[in-house]
Amino acid sequence: MPPSEADPLKRLSFLRRFLAQPWVLGLVGVATAMLIWFLTTASGAVDNLFLPSPQAVWQAGQAQWQSGLLLKDAVASIQRVFIGFALSAGLALPVGIAMGTNPTICRLLEPLMGLIRYMPAPAFIPLLIIYFGLEELPKILLIFIGTFFFNTLMIMDAVKFVPSELVETALTLGGRGLPILTRVVAPFVAPQVLDTYRINMASAWNLVIVAELVAATEGLGKRISLAQRFLRTDDIFVGLIVIGLVGLVIDLGFRFLMRKACSWAN
Amino acid sequence: MHLQVSSVCKSFGYGPKTKPVLDAVSFDLHSGQFLALVGSSGSGKSTMMRLIAGLDRPSSGEIRLDGELIRGPGADRGMVFQKYSLYPWLTAAQNVAFGMRLQGRPKAEVRERTAYFLEVVGLVDSARLLPRELSGGMQQRVAIARALAAEPKVLLLDEPFGALDLQIRESMQDFLHRLWMQTGLTALLITHDLEEALLLAQQVHILAPRPGRIVRSVNADLDRSSLAHLRVSQPFLALREELASCLRSLDSTLTA
Ligand SMILES: Nc1ncnc2c1ncn2[C@@H]1O[C@H](COP(=O)(O)OP(=O)(O)O)[C@@H](O)[C@H]1O
Ligand SMILES: [Mg+2]
Repeated sequence: MPPSEADPLKRLSFLRRFLAQPWVLGLVGVATAMLIWFLTTASGAVDNLFLPSPQAVWQAGQAQWQSGLLLKDAVASIQRVFIGFALSAGLALPVGIAMGTNPTICRLLEPLMGLIRYMPAPAFIPLLIIYFGLEELPKILLIFIGTFFFNTLMIMDAVKFVPSELVETALTLGGRGLPILTRVVAPFVAPQVLDTYRINMASAWNLVIVAELVAATEGLGKRISLAQRFLRTDDIFVGLIVIGLVGLVIDLGFRFLMRKACSWAN
Repeated sequence: MHLQVSSVCKSFGYGPKTKPVLDAVSFDLHSGQFLALVGSSGSGKSTMMRLIAGLDRPSSGEIRLDGELIRGPGADRGMVFQKYSLYPWLTAAQNVAFGMRLQGRPKAEVRERTAYFLEVVGLVDSARLLPRELSGGMQQRVAIARALAAEPKVLLLDEPFGALDLQIRESMQDFLHRLWMQTGLTALLITHDLEEALLLAQQVHILAPRPGRIVRSVNADLDRSSLAHLRVSQPFLALREELASCLRSLDSTLTA
């Protein structure tokens, strides 16, 4: 028999298997967008001031990196997101569990939270600036306000869906209050809680950029708003791409954590 | 061990919407006995079980275990639900160990008893599998092992095989019978399957629906040395037919 590569059918099935890899088509999509971007700018159909070429963006990125600005901005933004979101996630967990397990607490807080949830967080910026000035605190609080209520209500829902059999079995095995919370409720909702955090982390990123656009001395959003003032679209693109990439890495991190910690749920 | 159920009534809802579910149910269960409650679905069987488990309170009447009034759930009454009761993130062995760990037993004892009860239910080879990797029958055997490992005085079984295929159900009935002979456990079985009740239980109470009440009690003193023979033996079939017609008449008075 000749080697299998010579067999066109085999080759086809190899190609199909290759395309079936989860990331392959995604890369094809990204590459296509890059190509269209490149061709559009190379053809000269659009003014480079409005749409900088990929090369120009890359150079702007390198310049920002070499000057140390890029890292400084990224660190500033990431820090705000992490502090604000950690506060939100950390507080949402006990409150969400309390609301999910105790109907009285739920009836007390759910309408209130449901109401605040629909107030757009950026609309709080003027108030936050009046109360707390232009430092870090108002930005962190903005992220907190924008994600806490979603986090809490989604965790509450996850807790409400813990099958009563699982809790009641623990009761008939001699379990009581806190051990049931830590050994039954917590592991059961862990995958949904991680997913909730993953989803709401995206809002946290949106909000930190919005906050920085309004008032900041450093940060990825600040860099973008400065670049606008000088018509530096290439710098704006650098900012956008870095924001997207950092968000994506965080998202993948949560997915990885979920796969590792909650393999039973897949 | 003595479980006393005396004139237990239970209704749900308030005012004009009150729905009586159990009406003056009384029975006793002693150490080593295997008792079955049989009734059509909706006759209040699960409600009765939950009252005994302490997961719910009777509207009137009382339930006592060794003279003590039951006030809530406890490890002295182990419960096996129809389904969905294994912890999906724990392996079979960890599920069996779960109750003992809740009770704070020493690690060595937990390990030893886990191994023993996995052996008893014939699942040593599946110890490291997650529930989703086990068949329905295996899952129920893990649930039974988990309940037994916590050393309850009485095992409450609420349609434990109701969700299983007929064939697996028969082998599970054989399994439960052997388990009872081997370990001398005290069991209360709830089922809508008359044959299952007669195969396993020495005493069978028939529950009439709406509201649930015991209308007939029989001692099923049958030769249980072989369930396969018992299933086709004359006394068994006669008793089954007699009780089946009783159950049918309960249904017809409903539809008439
Ligand atoms: N928590 C509850 N609230 C209201 N009605 C209930 C509740 N639990 C059970 N019932 C009612 O009691 C009746 C008996 O239910 P159940 O005990 O589950 O019957 P079985 O187990 O024999 O099928 C049903 O009509 C059911 O609707
Ligand atoms: Mg039932």
